[in-house]
Amino acid sequence: MLRLQPFELVQPESIGEVLQLLSTHAEHVRIISGGTDLVPNLKLGSIKGDVLVSLQRVDELKNLKEADTQLVIGAGVSLHTIATSKLVQGTVPVLADAVGKIASPQIRNMGTLGGNLCLDTRCRYINQSEFIRSSFGGCLKSDGDRCHVVPGGSLCVAALSSDSVPVLIALGADVDIIGPEGERTIPVEELYTKDGVAHIALSSDEVVVRARVPIPAAQTRITYRKWAVRKSIDFPLVSVAVRIDHIKGSPDILEDGRVVVGVLGPQPKILRLSSLQGQPINEEMAHKVAGIVSRRCTPLANVPYSEDYRKLRLAVEVKRAIRSLFI
Amino acid sequence: MVKKKQNRESEPVAEDFRVIGKNHGKVGAMDRLTGVAKYTDDLSLPRMLHAKILRSPHAHARILNIDTSAAEALDGVFGVVVGSEMPTRYGVIPWTPDEQALAADKARYVGDAVAAVAARDEETANAALKLIDVEYEVLEPLCSPQAALASPLKIHENNKKGNISKHVKLEFGEVDNNLKKADLIIEGHYEFHGTNHAAIEPHCALAYYDNKDLLTIWSSTQVPHYLHRELAKVLVLETRQIRVIQPPLGGAFGAKSEPFDLEFVAAKLSMKTGLPVKCLYTREEVFFAHRGRHPFSMDYRMGFDQNGHILAVDAQTILDGGAYSSFGLVTTYYSGQLLCSPYTFDTFRFESTRVYTNKPTCGPKRGHGSVQPRFAIEVQLDKAAHALGLDPIELRRRNFLGENTRTVNGFVVGSNGFPECLDKIEEASRWRERYDKLPYGRGLGVAGSTYISGTNYCVYPSDLPQAGVQICLDRSGRARIFAGCSDIGQGSDTVLAVIAAENLGLEVNDIRVVSADTDLTPVDLGAYSSRITLMMGHACLMAAENLGKKVREAVAQHWECSAKQVILAGRRAQRLDDPEMFIPIQEAFVLAEAIYGTLGTVGYYDTPKEGVHGEYRGAPIGASPAYSFTAHVVEVDVDAETGDVEVIQIWAAHDCGRALAPILVEGQIEGSVYMGAAEALMENHELMPSGLNPGGRRKHGPGLEGVLAHTSLLDYPIPTTLDTPDIASIIVEKPDPRGPYGAKEAGEGPLHPVIPAIANAIYDAIGVRIDELPITPEKIVAAVQAREEENMKGVRHASASAL
Repeated sequence: MLRLQPFELVQPESIGEVLQLLSTHAEHVRIISGGTDLVPNLKLGSIKGDVLVSLQRVDELKNLKEADTQLVIGAGVSLHTIATSKLVQGTVPVLADAVGKIASPQIRNMGTLGGNLCLDTRCRYINQSEFIRSSFGGCLKSDGDRCHVVPGGSLCVAALSSDSVPVLIALGADVDIIGPEGERTIPVEELYTKDGVAHIALSSDEVVVRARVPIPAAQTRITYRKWAVRKSIDFPLVSVAVRIDHIKGSPDILEDGRVVVGVLGPQPKILRLSSLQGQPINEEMAHKVAGIVSRRCTPLANVPYSEDYRKLRLAVEVKRAIRSLFI
Repeated sequence: MVKKKQNRESEPVAEDFRVIGKNHGKVGAMDRLTGVAKYTDDLSLPRMLHAKILRSPHAHARILNIDTSAAEALDGVFGVVVGSEMPTRYGVIPWTPDEQALAADKARYVGDAVAAVAARDEETANAALKLIDVEYEVLEPLCSPQAALASPLKIHENNKKGNISKHVKLEFGEVDNNLKKADLIIEGHYEFHGTNHAAIEPHCALAYYDNKDLLTIWSSTQVPHYLHRELAKVLVLETRQIRVIQPPLGGAFGAKSEPFDLEFVAAKLSMKTGLPVKCLYTREEVFFAHRGRHPFSMDYRMGFDQNGHILAVDAQTILDGGAYSSFGLVTTYYSGQLLCSPYTFDTFRFESTRVYTNKPTCGPKRGHGSVQPRFAIEVQLDKAAHALGLDPIELRRRNFLGENTRTVNGFVVGSNGFPECLDKIEEASRWRERYDKLPYGRGLGVAGSTYISGTNYCVYPSDLPQAGVQICLDRSGRARIFAGCSDIGQGSDTVLAVIAAENLGLEVNDIRVVSADTDLTPVDLGAYSSRITLMMGHACLMAAENLGKKVREAVAQHWECSAKQVILAGRRAQRLDDPEMFIPIQEAFVLAEAIYGTLGTVGYYDTPKEGVHGEYRGAPIGASPAYSFTAHVVEVDVDAETGDVEVIQIWAAHDCGRALAPILVEGQIEGSVYMGAAEALMENHELMPSGLNPGGRRKHGPGLEGVLAHTSLLDYPIPTTLDTPDIASIIVEKPDPRGPYGAKEAGEGPLHPVIPAIANAIYDAIGVRIDELPITPEKIVAAVQAREEENMKGVRHASASAL
């Protein structure tokens, strides 16, 4: 099997210690939580990690609670906990559903929300061994200077492959980030940049500590759809979260809505449906939205499966998502 | 020299077996379930080194120079080896030796081995590989049969016919005449893609060359004997200096049926360093070593009369062989030779061309060489049934070959339970009520097949037995079987134990099976071509019967009766005419040991050579002592908008002659069905699709050609439990006079029909044909769109019931 390069593992027990470790170990320091994404990437050599700062003993990251109109989920809460929590299922069922679609039961036991938020981008040219990458000269994200997906491209287009992110954005969730300067809060979508090489908009001494998820109001309906080859294990090849808010008292008239599409490039794509305000939520709207998404989203040859099919599939999934939200 | 051989034609046997046909635990299963079993990588020797192999990043390149000095100087490196130190060309088929342990002059695919290092640990070995400097002259990569056939550049310079690895053309009867006479011609082009075996255990070898000039190698091989021979040849040792041991295997499926670079490398590095050396493949290296199913490009033309009888089959096939021959000579023959049952043809012609390409080498995967043509012919039959307005099961019945007969290409077929298989699946799937009547999106499909129970000929010519066994028993009340065959998970150790237990009055647990150790066990050729149950079964039966006879004679002397009056069963020796008169079996063994001294017998088997196949060049290739038969019905649910195919259930009926251990037969049917469904819908051992090319998109660029796309089990999808359909395994028993107790194979035949049955079910569900595998959602959507465009034009109306 592939060998894991030797590394130093440090296991702090508080956020303060974590921050201190991050600031003292500048060279190839990595945060590890469940390790389900990091360890395979370390084995492939697509990332380096000489010092791994583990969050597993940091209990303050493991809180999951309801606070006012929010669900507050610590970055260290396991995906399994989120998927099966009665609290999450009762307040934000779409999140439990989407998180339950991540990978497999074993991986959800280990993986955490923070890890899924900061999941590395994926591309068929980067998720390969060092040997395979060397056989075609690497790429922008690994030991190379060119992109094999977009000829001449200067920005890496490796794909955001998290199942939780589109849903969190659709929900309007924020993340709390802590760094040497203290805490700051940003909307989840602002966590991502356009560059697949460094797609997380954090500095190396910052840590995501929790997500704040607004509990949807009665007039909000959200669903998540994922397509992958298999029914378990796989990363999504098409993923989309669809949110519909109806006008209070008129459950079949659109007030607002948004579609959040994953697996395009490093950033999720957010399409707002405010132009359809006042229109009936029906089959026609399903087609209209599918058309908008299809026009504005361009799957690339970054993950397996043809771009043309994934585009078509995305439109179908959007249409079906909206249908599933009819009352 | 003419030797008398025992070609056992089984006598009719009583139906009241004590052990045969009963449900037993699998020998060795608990060790695997509890994690006690030691696979090759679990073995460790004192002062053991770890080897790693340097591989070519180029698909096609001349090796100009290799400088290993920096690697050798690295602390912790004990030895380095390059191709020129093991120059002998070898190949599992002795007629086509075109491989070297490490490529000395040329690398022929991305991943071809060029050098290896033994170091104190894997990290050091990996670090040393980076210090080896190989100077390559990069050549044009020829990554498809079309490119290889068109290019003047040869992948193997010494090959006589350009890049053609093997060409076979055979014709039986006047095919063209019959095509002219036919009422219906069905023509089709079919593509079968490459697939890997994806055995969960990666290849591993541990070698130790001791100071007494004995090389011991533990290897995850399914052919210890062939490995033994090739090691001697390449390492220039005598066979007596080599001991090959096969530890428990974590799956093989044909992936481990020839020698690989790691075995030579571990052995050579042990010889060079004097220390034990282990080499374990990464998953990526498993995909490089490959020997998976050949991609086939097939053009089929078949003629039928108006009643649906097959008048002619004309099959043209291009096989994408990859870089080396492997079993390719045999694959090329099998691509046609194994098509000729369970249906009868008046005439048959096939022309198959295997082409070298700069890709990982293709070889034998479960259903070697015959799964691909079976896809084509079974879909052809489905198309014919629709054109003729016949039920596809009925069409197959009308063309039934029969039993105790000869195929058009001269194979002699004994028992044939194909009609019973059709009956069983027709009933179990409620075919008559449901076929062609389910709502749009739901469909049923049928397909049949046959397979061999071992090949009539060894891969090298000899007058020696193909299978050998030794059985001993003693006063302990236990029996020991020493058998050269490889239990690769299929359960061959259990089959031997069942046969011995039946004859010696023991329970399966009373038998110790020692298998696949070339020092301890008689020669068996290995676990390939579904040969062990039939061949080792005969050998074991011969030895066990003779040993049982001695025990019965000893007891008879004691009781002063005839040996015929003594039966051995249920851990007892008892009087046939007086069930109250018995002694424990252990006492019977004591009596026998007292009379005959130490007790042991041998058994062996060779295939019948006369009158089992035709008399033409290539006639014996594909001939078998006995043939299994299979029929499947598949039910699918197809989403025509997304192209998703959900296989709901598969009913698989298989005629294995006699199920010596029914649970194992069911396991083989389920495993085959699972594997076939995965090939049909998911797996693809394909190359990277596209690359950077300045000025143009979607064009192949330098460096990307010949690079495998999926080299992990995340990217190369095999089904999870959630993706696996319900499988109904139905055992049909038509004992064959040439099998031990009538037994025939069960390990490979049941894979064949799955793939065409899925394709046929998709047609029943939504009325489109997918003739190019794998069947992906994308292809289904494209086919549905194409049909809708046709409908819009009003040219042709397609429905679920019209062709």
